[in-house]
Amino acid sequence: MVAQTQIQARADARPQGGVAPAVKMEARGVKVFYGAKQALKGIDLDVRDRQVTALIGPSGCGKSTFLRCLNRMNDTIDIARVEGLMTLDGQDIYDRSIDVVQLRARVGMVFQKPNPFPKSIYDNVSYGPKIHGLAAGKDEMDEVVEKSLQRAGLWNEVKDRLREPGTGLSGGQQQRLCIARAIAVSPEVILMDEPCSALDPIATAHIEELIDELRANYTIVIVTHNMQQAARVSQRTAFFHLGEMVEVGDTEEIFTNPHDERTQGYITGRYG
Amino acid sequence: MPMSVLVAVLVALSLAGFYMGRSRALDAAGGRMANLHSVPGYYGFYAAIWAGLPALLVIVVWSAFGGAVVNALVWSSLPADAVQGLSPSQQSLLMTNILNVAGGNAGAAETSPVVRAAAEYHQHLRGIGRWALAALAFSLAVGGLWYARSRITPSLRARNQVERVVQALLIMCSLVAILTTVGIVMSLLFEAIRFFGRVSPVEFLFGLHWSPQTAIRADQVGSSGAFGAVPLFAGTILISLIAMLVAVPVGLLAAVYMAEYAPPRVRATVKPVLEILAGIPTVVYGFFAALTMAPLIRDAGQAVGLNVASESALAAGVVMGIMIIPFVSSLSDDVINAVPQSLRDGAYGLGATRSETIKQVVLPAALPGIVGAVLLAVSRAIGETMIVVMAAGLAANLTANPLAAVTTVTVQIATLLVGDQEFDSAKTLSAFGLGLVLFTVTLCLNVIALRVVQKYREKYD
Amino acid sequence: MTDAVVSDRAVPVYQTAEFERRLRRRYAAEKRFRLYGIAAIGLALGMLAVLLGSVVAKGYTAFWQHELRLEVFFDPAEIDPQGTRDPAVLAQANYNTLARNALQSVLTDAGSRDARRAAGDLLSVGAAFELGRMVMDDPSLIGTRRVVSLPVSDEVDQLLKGNVSRALPEADRQITDRQLAWIEQLEAKGDLVSRFNTRLFTNGDSREPELAGLKAGLLGSMLTLFVTLVLAVPVGIAAAVYLEEFAPKNRLTDLIEVNINNLAAVPSIVFGLLGLAVFLNFFGMPRSAPLVGGVVLALLVLPTIIIAGRASLKAVPPSIREAALGIGASRLQVVTHHVLPLAMPGIMTGVIIGMAHALGETAPLLMIGMVAFIVDAPSGFTDAATMLPVQIFMWADSPERAFTERTSAAIMVLLGFLIAMNALAVILRKRFERRW
Repeated sequence: MVAQTQIQARADARPQGGVAPAVKMEARGVKVFYGAKQALKGIDLDVRDRQVTALIGPSGCGKSTFLRCLNRMNDTIDIARVEGLMTLDGQDIYDRSIDVVQLRARVGMVFQKPNPFPKSIYDNVSYGPKIHGLAAGKDEMDEVVEKSLQRAGLWNEVKDRLREPGTGLSGGQQQRLCIARAIAVSPEVILMDEPCSALDPIATAHIEELIDELRANYTIVIVTHNMQQAARVSQRTAFFHLGEMVEVGDTEEIFTNPHDERTQGYITGRYG
Repeated sequence: MPMSVLVAVLVALSLAGFYMGRSRALDAAGGRMANLHSVPGYYGFYAAIWAGLPALLVIVVWSAFGGAVVNALVWSSLPADAVQGLSPSQQSLLMTNILNVAGGNAGAAETSPVVRAAAEYHQHLRGIGRWALAALAFSLAVGGLWYARSRITPSLRARNQVERVVQALLIMCSLVAILTTVGIVMSLLFEAIRFFGRVSPVEFLFGLHWSPQTAIRADQVGSSGAFGAVPLFAGTILISLIAMLVAVPVGLLAAVYMAEYAPPRVRATVKPVLEILAGIPTVVYGFFAALTMAPLIRDAGQAVGLNVASESALAAGVVMGIMIIPFVSSLSDDVINAVPQSLRDGAYGLGATRSETIKQVVLPAALPGIVGAVLLAVSRAIGETMIVVMAAGLAANLTANPLAAVTTVTVQIATLLVGDQEFDSAKTLSAFGLGLVLFTVTLCLNVIALRVVQKYREKYD
Repeated sequence: MTDAVVSDRAVPVYQTAEFERRLRRRYAAEKRFRLYGIAAIGLALGMLAVLLGSVVAKGYTAFWQHELRLEVFFDPAEIDPQGTRDPAVLAQANYNTLARNALQSVLTDAGSRDARRAAGDLLSVGAAFELGRMVMDDPSLIGTRRVVSLPVSDEVDQLLKGNVSRALPEADRQITDRQLAWIEQLEAKGDLVSRFNTRLFTNGDSREPELAGLKAGLLGSMLTLFVTLVLAVPVGIAAAVYLEEFAPKNRLTDLIEVNINNLAAVPSIVFGLLGLAVFLNFFGMPRSAPLVGGVVLALLVLPTIIIAGRASLKAVPPSIREAALGIGASRLQVVTHHVLPLAMPGIMTGVIIGMAHALGETAPLLMIGMVAFIVDAPSGFTDAATMLPVQIFMWADSPERAFTERTSAAIMVLLGFLIAMNALAVILRKRFERRW
């Protein structure tokens, strides 16, 4: 029941209109090194609660690297080193007392290429709740799986073949399955690393709609190289360039009235 | 003319051909390189090939089959009454005698006139053969040289011709692999068929009693021997099973640790050290099994009141397992590394710990590859010879007790064929029957394993 | 600010006590799993250490051997009573008597016939042979007294090395109490000396452990490997080049590929059966010959060489080929001028590893009769010969305790060669490896 109440509770807790959203995650002076190479040169950024923040910029600018810092996925790379302060609800996530497993359960991630486990659709979604002990008993798990698939907008398409392998789905469906998998552990933040780059336009439209719906309950950070996508789905946009964050602001403002000429150049397609 | 002189002459002729061809091409081009189709060197190679290759082929063919032809001629020249009524083994004995006398290895005095005459005929034929070969090879070389010389004109596409010959050589070299397989299958099949002419395949494959010691005289009791190979198969399976029980868990866990946990520096040192285990010759493992492991296990067994045979299946199996550890671990390591990082990221992104990611995502994804690796390891264990020859027994006991002595297919092949053999006895031939079974089983395992691994790789490429 | 966010939520599920408990359990499992991995590696490495340790512990003593310093009188009456100095006479003489006379003069109570024999048994049977050779090399020794070093018997050697306890009751050891007393007497005089065992490398096989050496096996291995090298390397490289650079993708090349991969996994003993049936029985080649052994081993290592060769050819980037093709080189020229030289270090590494494999192989050689008692080193490719691993196999089968020591020493020699070859391969790879 825990998981479900969790989902319910969040749905009820939408912020009231007019109130400025709180800051969910905060980065101050974040630097990342891969061996001797510096990938990020001191990033300051606030991620606001229950909003979609888009990170844009030319490839190699460090936006994915920054995203991977937010749930410490960079820990899995031997040579990566992170400096600076990064908080979740005001707590330093690189603090020794923070448990990385717990952190990643709270800050979920969806990857560039759909990466369903070579298991059934059901097992893919139930995997997270299972390892974290979020569902007691089969009935509860069934419910979590159904809820998550519904939220990911996949339920109607797969409800009759939950036992079939997740790798048998189409690319767009696979990516929604991965989103369902991430939702199933009731994260507070969902990180998306170019979630549509491997998908066709129709599947992309599906995912974008989904992101817009998910905003009600989750804080979302999305990396994209597609500016139209950023404009469509996000409320705030940060522009990265050569390992620096050039500019951040409301999406509308960034796209209509950028302050920095690099941002302007990128948005108008002078480079990218 | 001795073979070495002949080959030296051919080499000299080829060399001469090279220089002749080159200078001839230059002459024909009137000293202007641009008139030539190819670089002059290629005309040299062209002539050299014509001078050397045909003659060399003739020599190779003669060396391979000439002896057999001469022997057949000698055999057919023997008077009819000398060969009549001889059993196959007596026939081969007679032939050996003739060859010995002809080769000057046996005193001609105590041999029969028939043998002596045949030996002389044999020497005569060989002499003719040698000279004929030399004459043929020499004339082929000179003829080839002359032909090449007449063909060389500026428009001759010498490079293409030379390259075609080289490519044909390359193809022939690749065909050696097929020839080897054909050779293995034919030799096993022929001898095994002769064996199955004496012992029925059903008895061989399903019989429970193995004692190949045929009596020397036909009137002795138990002269037939027993060729029921089931105890051998059972022994092989028992020892292989013990080996896999050691090698698979240890090898797999080691591979997982290396691929997923070990920091690069540890991996860089431990991996090659583990590979040392794979590089140690099997005879060393056999020595270790027989002189260290077997007494150790026997003493340990005695200490707890168990009766352990000094050539127990356990000792051979455990040591074989140690030998196979690096095999399993390096194959599994490859397989585990082939699992895409994105799957691991997916699990980490959900907050799975490393071991959860490994156990629930990486290993299931790698399972087909691991199964392939284990199958290859099983095939290796079944075919392993030296460890069991040195540390397992000879007695064909049908038992599942790992503390008892058992024998294996490879042990029997080795003991049946080492030392003096009587040709054509069921005892000797039975080794080929066993070899055929061994080859078939390992081949099947290998084919299945390689296919499984290949499918697996394609999936993640 | 952050408080506001937290209060926004209902129960934060990841901060419940239950989740904490569960997390602790999961980390315990994580730790356990990691320990299993370390234990597995530890076990494998431990086994390697035990294996090598037991071989070295058993075998290092074999590199030293005890000799007895003895003043021998080369008695003309015994060696050459007529004084003809005819080599045939010198060869026939009974040198045992010389040794026994010398022993009798230094040992107490060695006068009786029985005692003379017992004292003589302290020396190796090879001692008389060595005295004989000295005399035949230099007949002027006859009539002189010389202090010479003679090998002791294997039982004495083992006793002196401490491999056999002196405290054992007389019935349980090969050396009698009287002999033991003599040994201690000689030891006290300092006449028993331990020397580097050159016989291990200069002698052929022998039934007597203290005389048995590896020369025949080493030479046999060299001759055999030479044949293997000459056959397997050109054919292997040619096949690799064809399959990687020229072969069209068709049924035949598929078949060849499958064949090579399978041959690499065929049990080695099957290659022995092939050698026996085809080369010995069908082509009538000589038994026990390095030629046949070399051919069989060449077939055995061919897949290894081809597979390694293809891998290193594949590692040469296509841009190199394109560049050469682009300036009008033929495909063969591309391969011989550019691709092959670049791939050579990798190919050679594969060749060395293949040859190391061939050097350690035993089973197929048993089938073609290379398991033979060879005293004289082979001088040609068709002489009867044996190889180092087979020599180890035969010694391991011998019952004498001293042979265990020799076997271990032979293994150390074999492993030494293998280590040298593999080190060479590693150096080659490190030195010439190119990252594209």
